[in-house]
Amino acid sequence: MRTAEALRMAVEALRVNRLRSMLTMLGVIIGVLSVVILVAVGTGAKNAVESEIAGLGSNIILVVPGQVGLGAAPTQSRLDLADVAYVRRVVGDPSKVTVAVNSGEPVRVGRVEVFATLTGTDENMPHVFDRPLRRGRYLTETDVDTRRRVAILGAEVAAKLFGDVDPIGRQVTIAGVRFRVIGVYETVGSTFGVARDQEVHLPVTTAQRLIGLPRINGIAVGASGPDEIEPLRQRVVAALDARYPGEKFSAVTQTQLLGTIGTVLGMLTGVLAAIAGISLLVGGVGVSNIMLVSVRERTKEIGLRKALGARGRDILGQFLIEAVLLTTIGGVIGILTGVGGALLIRTVSPVPASITWWSIALAFGVSAAVGVFFGVAPARRAARLDPVVALRAD
Amino acid sequence: MSRDDGAGAPAFEAIGLTRSYRLDGGVLVDALRGVDLRIGQGEFAAIVGPSGSGKSTLMHLLGCLDRPTSGTLRVDGVDVATLDDAGLAGLRNRTIGFVFQSFHLLARTSALDNVALPLVYRGVPRAERRERARAALEAVGLGHRLTHRPSQMSGGEQQRVALARALVGDPRVVLADEPTGNLDTRNGEEVMGLLERLNEGGVAVVLVTHDAEVAARARRQIRVRDGRVEMDTAEADTAEEADA
Repeated sequence: MRTAEALRMAVEALRVNRLRSMLTMLGVIIGVLSVVILVAVGTGAKNAVESEIAGLGSNIILVVPGQVGLGAAPTQSRLDLADVAYVRRVVGDPSKVTVAVNSGEPVRVGRVEVFATLTGTDENMPHVFDRPLRRGRYLTETDVDTRRRVAILGAEVAAKLFGDVDPIGRQVTIAGVRFRVIGVYETVGSTFGVARDQEVHLPVTTAQRLIGLPRINGIAVGASGPDEIEPLRQRVVAALDARYPGEKFSAVTQTQLLGTIGTVLGMLTGVLAAIAGISLLVGGVGVSNIMLVSVRERTKEIGLRKALGARGRDILGQFLIEAVLLTTIGGVIGILTGVGGALLIRTVSPVPASITWWSIALAFGVSAAVGVFFGVAPARRAARLDPVVALRAD
Repeated sequence: MSRDDGAGAPAFEAIGLTRSYRLDGGVLVDALRGVDLRIGQGEFAAIVGPSGSGKSTLMHLLGCLDRPTSGTLRVDGVDVATLDDAGLAGLRNRTIGFVFQSFHLLARTSALDNVALPLVYRGVPRAERRERARAALEAVGLGHRLTHRPSQMSGGEQQRVALARALVGDPRVVLADEPTGNLDTRNGEEVMGLLERLNEGGVAVVLVTHDAEVAARARRQIRVRDGRVEMDTAEADTAEEADA
């Protein structure tokens, strides 16, 4: 018997039991659908975080006091501007080192007030971070040296305070002190939940006076290339350890962050895929179950086919193809609805679901394999039926 | 329809055929206790006997649906002991046409596709299959019922479809197990008439029945009792080799 013939027979058998075939497929459809969607969501989340990190700029090393880690309380900073000058000497290229001191403060224009993240920084910030301006200018060395009361607004702060009005040259009041707006940043989104469009950048010296503390929160160093990151990181940490014996400094690179987050999100995606895989497996058990019922129900038919000259392997093929057809049709439907679902999620929700070809190929392969695996037992049972006994069955 | 070289061989030749079953309880039952039988090409024989006599077992062996426990069985000149299950399936497909008491048609399949089924397992292309199935249905007077399903046909029509299915592959032998058992007199008569016509065409017909009237239509009666052939009206000269 040829494959085309067996295929035609299987299609016919599935068509005859339309409702049952559909319900059996549903298990596989849901399994494949969830694999495709969950992997898309997981991958999308990973891509989003990675692009956030990459969006900071390239080859950045963040130096902060204390031990950085999830759940660890932040260490009270002992770093000040003298340490920044020290790190600049260590690094060699002063323009590749910048500084941050942060504080949340209200910013007001007339009666409109927004809560913003103040970041005191310096003229080197744009050399290290990727932070395009929409209008105006960056901070200058003179701004920092003379403690000018100037501010660059994040896109969201500017929009809330000024609306459509061009803020350049206008006044804002921060913690009771008047500042002149010299620039507005482009929209950049958020990184690690820090809404960077809600930042207001001031000269670091001005910010320290405003906050009332001579400290800084961290130093950022830009390496000249990806290969430079690790040696530079070690050099900076060693230099700071030498300067402050007994203290602890952490230097986190983007690569480390990407690695850590990639691992976590990769695991998350894996777990999601595994859960979806289990539902696919359950779908497979359903297929097996239905095929067993089908074999039992069609015992007489099997007996007749054997009497008319069907060999064991013709019967085996017939039932196996039926099972595989069930799961692969279910798989294709699952893939189509899964892709549709992922696209829908991407459109209507902030989750940037990203469809991956490997998950589709895997889902399809697994559903076909499920058909073979769970179809073999019933098909073998059918193939082994004794024609005499089968013909007599009721 | 390539046939083996056994054109001259008898349709069935059984020597010392036995068949025992072990029941679930472990009890051994001898259904056949040594049957010697020779049914020639083109014969029309009836195997009769009370229920439990072993006639069904004999029919299963002759139909290659089952294997003897001991003894030799040659079907169309081929010793069934030399064939594996697939070979046996091939022999059934090419040599034997079955007609069952309860018709055994595929319920949701058209008459045409039911009749074409044996040809599927012979690897005959679809178009040829349908053509031959149509011809077979016309031969049994059902040329107007090609697309009907069994449920849309009377019992007599269903049995004629089964008969068409038995002869679509040009078998050497048609084995009919109580072919009229589920039919009324008129339909039974019609089916018997078709079997007789088939036999006149050179195909050996072996009926299994307990109906004396049906059995009387055959030219030879073989009575089975307690697993043995009790009586055989065979005249050696009727076992002449009819050409196919």
